Amino acid sequence: MRAKFEIVKNFKIFAIISLVLIAPGLIGLITLPFGINLFNMDIDFIGGTSMTFRMNTEVTSEMVNEEIPELFENAAGIAPSSVQQSGDGDAVVIKSTAIDTTKRAAVISAMQETYGLTDDDTLGVEDVNATIGKEMQQKALTAACFAVLLMLIYISFRFELTSGLAAVLCLIHDLLIILSAYVILQIPFNTKFIAVALTILGYSINASVILFDRVRENLKYARREVFADTVEKSIWQTMKRTINTSITTMLTIGMIFIFGVTSLRQFTLPMIVGIVCGAYSSIFLSGSLWTLLRRKFRKQKIR
Amino acid sequence: MKKSIISFIAVLLVIVILCLTAAFGLNLGPVSIPSVLDEENGIRRGLDLVGGSSITFEAVLPDGYQSENLSSDMASVQAMMTKRLDALGYTEATVTLSGDKRIVIEIPAINDPEEAVKVLGATAQLTFEDADGNVILTGSDIVKAQAGYGQLSQTSLGSQHYVEVTFAEDAVEKWTEATKKAANAESGKNIISIRLDDSVLSEPGVGSEYAETGITGDTCVISGSFDADSAKLLAEQINIGQLPFTLNQVQMSAVGPQLGEKALSTSLIAGGIGVLLVMLFMIFMYKLPGLVAAIALCFYIALEAVVLTLAHVNLSLPGIAGIILSIGMAVDANVIIFERIKEELKNGKTIRSSIDSGFSRAFTAIFDSNITTLIAAVVLYFFGSGTVVGFAMTLGIGVVISMFTALTVTHFLLNRLVDFKIRNPKLYGA
Repeated sequence: MRAKFEIVKNFKIFAIISLVLIAPGLIGLITLPFGINLFNMDIDFIGGTSMTFRMNTEVTSEMVNEEIPELFENAAGIAPSSVQQSGDGDAVVIKSTAIDTTKRAAVISAMQETYGLTDDDTLGVEDVNATIGKEMQQKALTAACFAVLLMLIYISFRFELTSGLAAVLCLIHDLLIILSAYVILQIPFNTKFIAVALTILGYSINASVILFDRVRENLKYARREVFADTVEKSIWQTMKRTINTSITTMLTIGMIFIFGVTSLRQFTLPMIVGIVCGAYSSIFLSGSLWTLLRRKFRKQKIR
Repeated sequence: MKKSIISFIAVLLVIVILCLTAAFGLNLGPVSIPSVLDEENGIRRGLDLVGGSSITFEAVLPDGYQSENLSSDMASVQAMMTKRLDALGYTEATVTLSGDKRIVIEIPAINDPEEAVKVLGATAQLTFEDADGNVILTGSDIVKAQAGYGQLSQTSLGSQHYVEVTFAEDAVEKWTEATKKAANAESGKNIISIRLDDSVLSEPGVGSEYAETGITGDTCVISGSFDADSAKLLAEQINIGQLPFTLNQVQMSAVGPQLGEKALSTSLIAGGIGVLLVMLFMIFMYKLPGLVAAIALCFYIALEAVVLTLAHVNLSLPGIAGIILSIGMAVDANVIIFERIKEELKNGKTIRSSIDSGFSRAFTAIFDSNITTLIAAVVLYFFGSGTVVGFAMTLGIGVVISMFTALTVTHFLLNRLVDFKIRNPKLYGA
């Protein structure tokens, strides 16, 4: 199978595309310790209170911008950090720094009185202490690093170290693109990110492994071939699988995105981004990266 | 040929039975599999699906707190929460300890979670009162209560269960005074009432032998119709009243029942449509093998449902997302195999040998890729918290079952198709 377009030889093009795509996420991550927050941080990580009410009428901008913030401040003693329209347009989400149960009860009863709501119209209340948020972040980061390390060991054991490194580089690339999506689309950054990140971790490495497996097999029969050519051939051989599997996964995840409730949408949107860029990176980056790393670390071998 | 037809039909029958089992449950005497919809014995639905509140309290330890008491104190807190929840009428609620100083309370179907937070988080009020309701002692007057078993005096018959209460030094006098008064009181009023949050824990009588002296010393023994459990319970409840720390609500999440119901039904609809689309896609792309994959997918979904039911999984929204994701990934193994079979067919091999080499060559790829996903799921399961654990569980179970399904059911059915002399390569996607 002779490809018209050579992926491995044109690695530079894809490297540039990738750099552009990961830039927002990377910048968001780097600036975070300096107090610049480009993410739409949800209360899960920074602590705070969030309340959702069904208003039973159309939510007007006057309500969101003036009435409810004022009501909240009267009841809770502090101004809310945000009031937003949500759901199918008839619900509002009020977020603030953490307030205690007495103040929350005051806000709920004030909302019920002012807008004639019942207990059933309180769709949800969340309150997270900042220390719990920090602990969660810490836990998630440890879990992710641990998972990546284990995968690196497994792939190095089944293939070779350079392939493990290439797969992990792709993984970091995919995670950074997901972070870019969080920054650009301002998806609420909460604990769901952990689940998304770890799923994509498994998914993206999956695709790289399928490619590496093909390379491993082709190497057996192609001793005289240049490594880059073997990789090129393997990429094209596995491309259909990568695309088709991404399509089937997208069909299920996409349906949840279309039909699901808001909290599931926050979960599936970054996942869709992750699946698309997981397919992209395993086709256009992983093989080329392996070739590159192999050239660097195996100079002594004459081919 | 005849044999193949029989085994083909047998496998289809097994799949149908499995689907029926998943949907309606199965009861074969000792072996019983609850239906996937059976909420009581099968899959438990998370609070985000039925609506309800999850509240986490953390103990605020004062300076100089002796940390070796923490685990027994937290056990007292747990007993207190259970009692308060019962008093509030939330008998379905669960109370679990998390970490060493946190306690998580989950209450399904609750209308006013803020009220619950207030009542549950309040400092316990323990009082010892006389028959007229005069407070004799409060929680701070009591050092500890302990359950015991043994012979109480030379005159009593045999051993029995009892609760021993130790008083603070400056409370001894008040106690002696009050018991003297009680011992002299008329029958029915000669009692001491031990109350926690205004509900009566115990109303022991004071024997007439104390009429002269009252109960002296810094300990007293409550005995009577105790067994080991009830003695321990009373001791725990008395201990609640003198917990040396307060409880601070650090996390609370409440979901209204309507939202929960909507979340469940929309996820099911989304999942159903998603599965249907995946089946159509597979049939369109891979023809006959695609059809086999669709049948295998039914098997996969039914098996996963049965496993999740038997595992008594607590299913919440991320868990459902995990299932639907694993369905998408379940066909991955099939895609890998079928692409391989197509390639082999193009190389001019016969259908039979194409299928065989397709499966054997795809095996390492399927194995390695699934193991890596499994690594992520396992790490998530052990390091994750809350609903993330449910997600990891459904994803992990899904990965294992999907690998099994692809390598056995799909393979078997495809081979039988070849036996039926369906050997036109076009039908296999070539």
